[in-house]
Amino acid sequence: MTDIRIHIHNKTYPAAAGPSIVDLKLSLNSEEFICLVGPSGCGKTTLLNIIAGLDNDYDGEILVGQQHAHPKIGYVFQNPRLLPWRTVRENIELTLDKHQAPDVIDAMLEAMQLTAAQHSYPEHLSLGMSRRVAIIRAFAIDPEVLLMDEPFVSLDAPTARQVRELLLDLWQQRPHTILFVTHDLREAIALADRLIFLSAAPMQVVSEIIVPIPRNERGNELAIESFRQQLLKNHPEIQQLL
Amino acid sequence: MINLKKFLPTLSLLAFLAIWQGLSVYLDSNALPTPEVVARVFWQACVSGQLPFHLGVTLLRLVVSFAIAMLLGCAIGIVLGRNKKLDAFFDNWLVIFLNIPALVTIILCYVWFGLVESAAILAVVINKLPNVVVTIREGTRMLDQDLLDMARCYHFGKRKTLVHVIWPQLHPFVMGATRSGLALIWKIILVVELLGRSNGMGYQLHLFFQLFDVAGILAYTIAFVAVIQLIELLILKPLDKKALRWRR
Repeated sequence: MTDIRIHIHNKTYPAAAGPSIVDLKLSLNSEEFICLVGPSGCGKTTLLNIIAGLDNDYDGEILVGQQHAHPKIGYVFQNPRLLPWRTVRENIELTLDKHQAPDVIDAMLEAMQLTAAQHSYPEHLSLGMSRRVAIIRAFAIDPEVLLMDEPFVSLDAPTARQVRELLLDLWQQRPHTILFVTHDLREAIALADRLIFLSAAPMQVVSEIIVPIPRNERGNELAIESFRQQLLKNHPEIQQLL
Repeated sequence: MINLKKFLPTLSLLAFLAIWQGLSVYLDSNALPTPEVVARVFWQACVSGQLPFHLGVTLLRLVVSFAIAMLLGCAIGIVLGRNKKLDAFFDNWLVIFLNIPALVTIILCYVWFGLVESAAILAVVINKLPNVVVTIREGTRMLDQDLLDMARCYHFGKRKTLVHVIWPQLHPFVMGATRSGLALIWKIILVVELLGRSNGMGYQLHLFFQLFDVAGILAYTIAFVAVIQLIELLILKPLDKKALRWRR
């Protein structure tokens, strides 16, 4: 795996009053879990679409190692975007080369507790299950960067927590660089190695903070909460972003 | 109540036959033969091989012209639906072709290319094509951009995107174009045959018209309607069922 550096000089929507991103620099270390935290509408989805190569109308560069290139992307969209006419398993297989070993998919379905549902159509799944399928699909292609755009929004708290833990399990089995967008600070602290706080209009990095809580204590709500309090006290500039 | 509902279609068919029988007995004219006479003519036409032959010829023309119109129409429709510039350029053409009377294209095709098979097929295709293009173009405009972005981001490529992302979304439109297309093509083919072919249902009906043979006309009409019903039941319905099995 290689490190990835992103530098966006300018991104302006034709209809907008001002630029939505100016001089934004991000560097993603290999196999690092990064959470982007910022107010809604600050352009986080735009940033992910630029990295994914879905939006090419910007001024800037993306470096994978030393080369200008778009990294291989696994994208978990806010809405799962599964093909409704394909089963869970087919949705995952479609993104892979034809002769991929089926046991890799089996193992991931197992890890995400979806083995029983693998032959169901997406319309028969709950939102939490569809999101898990979308996560497997993104991991399955072995991406250089996994982009996740608020994948747990509008799930109830226990379901969100369950999917979060399943995601961390899967990530520990198959470590990848993850860029995870959220506006929920507790969620970000529970998941990330590093937090990047972003401001709106134009989007800029306000501060970057390493989360010191060890991986085996990420399930501990008290540890998460006390770090959150401490963070808000020591970094008052963050408060207005939440 | 449930039993009554089940028998209603049969009942309505019997009522139709009864009214027909009553009318023809009351009129007592060659212009409206009884169902029994028509059935006998139908049977004789089948046994003599006349009806199967002409029906077969017409069916063959139907299949060929339908296939060409659908394939071309889907391809053009998808391209126009995905490309705004081409669509703006060709939109007027479509409106023109949509509104040319079928009879005009048929006559022009025969005048320009002679009374040959390819001219007949071409005339049918030209009549049906704009219809398919418009339907598929509407379908393509309504494609889900989110799913297309997903396919792009996961490097599906052109073929995979077409087969797994675009085509299933177009399915209802293709089925709509198929159904309305079959009905339209049937009717146009008969006129094409009447005007310039020496076999097929249209030619045969023309013959009956000159002989004032209403029983023959009705017998052929029944065969005709039956075939359409069979196509609906044996081909279209199962296709629908297969394609929509993922729905809740």
